[in-house]
Amino acid sequence: MEYFLQQLINGLTLGSIYGLIAIGYTMVYGIIGMINFAHGDIFMVGSFIALATFLALVALGISALPLILFITLLVSMLFTSAWGWTVERLAYRPLRGSFRLAPLITAIGMSIVLQNFVQITQGARVKPLPPQIQGGVTLMEGVTENGTIAVQLSYMQMIIIATTLALMIGFSLLISKTSLGRSQRACEQDQKMAALLGVNVDRTISLTFVMGAALAAVAGFMFLLLYGVIDFYIGFLAGVKAFTAAVLGGIGSLPGAMLGGLLIGLIEVFWSGYFSVEYKDVAAFSILVIVLIFMPSGLLGKPEVEKV
Amino acid sequence: MNAAPNSGLMAESVKDAAVAALLAAVLGFFFFALRTDIGTGGLDLTYRWGLWFIAIAIVFGVRLLLNLFIFKAKKPITSGVSVSVPPALTTAVGRVIGPVLLMIALTLPFIVMAVYPERDRQFIDLAILIMTYVMLGWGLNIVVGLAGLLDLGYVAFYAVGAYSFALLAQYFDIGFWMALPLAGLLAAMWGIILGYPVLRLRGDYLAIVTLAFGEIIRVVLLNWYEFTGGPDGISGIPKPSFFGLDFSRTGGFADFFGLDYDSIHRFIYLYYIILVLALITNFVTLRLRKLPIGRAWEALREDEIACRSLGINTTNTKLTAFSIGAMFGGFAGSFFATRQGFISPESFTFLESAIILAIVVLGGLGSQIGVVIASVVMIGGIEILRNLGFLKEIFGPDFEPTQYRMLIFGLAMVLIMVWKPRGIISSRNPSAVYKERKKIGSDMVAQGEGH
Repeated sequence: MEYFLQQLINGLTLGSIYGLIAIGYTMVYGIIGMINFAHGDIFMVGSFIALATFLALVALGISALPLILFITLLVSMLFTSAWGWTVERLAYRPLRGSFRLAPLITAIGMSIVLQNFVQITQGARVKPLPPQIQGGVTLMEGVTENGTIAVQLSYMQMIIIATTLALMIGFSLLISKTSLGRSQRACEQDQKMAALLGVNVDRTISLTFVMGAALAAVAGFMFLLLYGVIDFYIGFLAGVKAFTAAVLGGIGSLPGAMLGGLLIGLIEVFWSGYFSVEYKDVAAFSILVIVLIFMPSGLLGKPEVEKV
Repeated sequence: MNAAPNSGLMAESVKDAAVAALLAAVLGFFFFALRTDIGTGGLDLTYRWGLWFIAIAIVFGVRLLLNLFIFKAKKPITSGVSVSVPPALTTAVGRVIGPVLLMIALTLPFIVMAVYPERDRQFIDLAILIMTYVMLGWGLNIVVGLAGLLDLGYVAFYAVGAYSFALLAQYFDIGFWMALPLAGLLAAMWGIILGYPVLRLRGDYLAIVTLAFGEIIRVVLLNWYEFTGGPDGISGIPKPSFFGLDFSRTGGFADFFGLDYDSIHRFIYLYYIILVLALITNFVTLRLRKLPIGRAWEALREDEIACRSLGINTTNTKLTAFSIGAMFGGFAGSFFATRQGFISPESFTFLESAIILAIVVLGGLGSQIGVVIASVVMIGGIEILRNLGFLKEIFGPDFEPTQYRMLIFGLAMVLIMVWKPRGIISSRNPSAVYKERKKIGSDMVAQGEGH
């Protein structure tokens, strides 16, 4: 029971990170109907920016940890957004209205470019960062035949879950209440009509990429804090899993992306905890396949209507 | 912008270039100017302001030149260079280029041996590599180019083929020629098994599921240690024999034909094997296109709904395309295994799938000759970077051109796609229907299955 609870907490933490990345996929897919393959690498870029910012702030002599974390979060969101914007501008906008495979190929190309750019400029070796936030709360303790087992909720996990929740709420408000969110939803429904009604479609799409990148940066920073190890290749697997999460939740649906992220995180953690660590990726991918076969529109998605 | 006077052009170009440079400064700050390295007591931060300024300056300069001469110029210097060749000429060249390339391919080892006798091994090896990608590209072209099914996990079948041969050789001591058809069959079987449940998915969903399958197969190969050797891979895979003759120093091919032993013989033999395999792929594809099944593939690519209303069994049609493509992937895989003599899951990553797909799409979907051109350009181009040793003298001994290979590969993918979204060879020979379709807005086309 205690083991189960502990895994539940771990799964929710990991799932929050996947969920944040998944939002980027789901928004882009919803608005222009393409898989932004480079999004996982934007997440990776975000974690590298966070790492460099963190070290720079420490080198500058700022000692208050909360302040450092806060500034790092803002800086990495800001700079990663610039990356997201640039990728869209260079690789996707010229192909708007082109046939469907073209942006997918440039997206894969961009993903290769980002990975190798980071590898060349920052080196191929992993970057370990010692844990910055230590301690936690012991929720309960139980006795098993192997001794006592405690259910720990670390401060780190609290921060991750709380930040994710706050961002999700803020984000939902942004989409449902502001004019930006309105134009975004308009573009999602019908780009041509939105353009006719005075919505700047290009700008809206750019902003979608910017927002997705900012959330991916948050996820990247949290990944760095949680695992303490990053390298130039983390984007691929995280990206695929986040996309799985987006599909599982129903692509195009924001709460769906979050729900899917949590589910994928839980599945991965429970699979590792109870079955085998080696096959945890297989578990996540199998879920994707099964969901797509039996429930192609995902948990919260709208079924696609085929029109002739 | 065109009517602006020259000074206006200059000012505008400088302004635009400055914006680009500013963006480069922002983007590059954390990657050029700062670098994290593992040092004493954790991570160290090193500052590289020089590199950062150089990068900004390069972006500024390049953007300025592009603005002045191409983007904003009244008469872009590229305007004289016509990229679109008249269709009559393309068909004429198209008719000639196939046989010419075929002749070159058939005689290539001997040309190489005559021209570069001291580096012939290396060049023939490169030719084998390119040919392998041509074959993979042609195999995938059936799936993506003809049937319009986006497959991001093609490397799975390549892996199935390679591991089938390696395992058959290891456990049953079966030679290459016996294993080749078996490997193809196994790969086709896997194509059916994997394809059957997922082929009713559309477009991008199919892409992501095939990607997942590719990863699942790789992870299984990596972790099933007792059977596949896991990350250690399988080594000692037998080389193909020439009608029972080995390419060994004594008593083999050279002895039988009274030649002096030379290891180049095996390279030439391997080259011809892959050439024949690739040509078979091409021939089968070209013939299939004329059969009802091939017509059905192309119809499916254009419009799935119309296909279904005309009574075509879309599931079977997709399944045949998927499994035939998989079969050729399997053939190529077992050839890869015998050429390398060693395989491990590392050779079958997603990047491999991406490269094959890039070759097909960059070459022009459905175009056989496009695949050849794209493979030569992309794979050959990458290999050229290995031989740029003289750059070391310019940039210092630390400069390693090979580490830029994949970066340049990715950039080339993006640039070619932006330049020619429908690939290098974008016009397809068959029908007038295709030309019609191109005139229809892309939003209409997007409703069809493929693209």
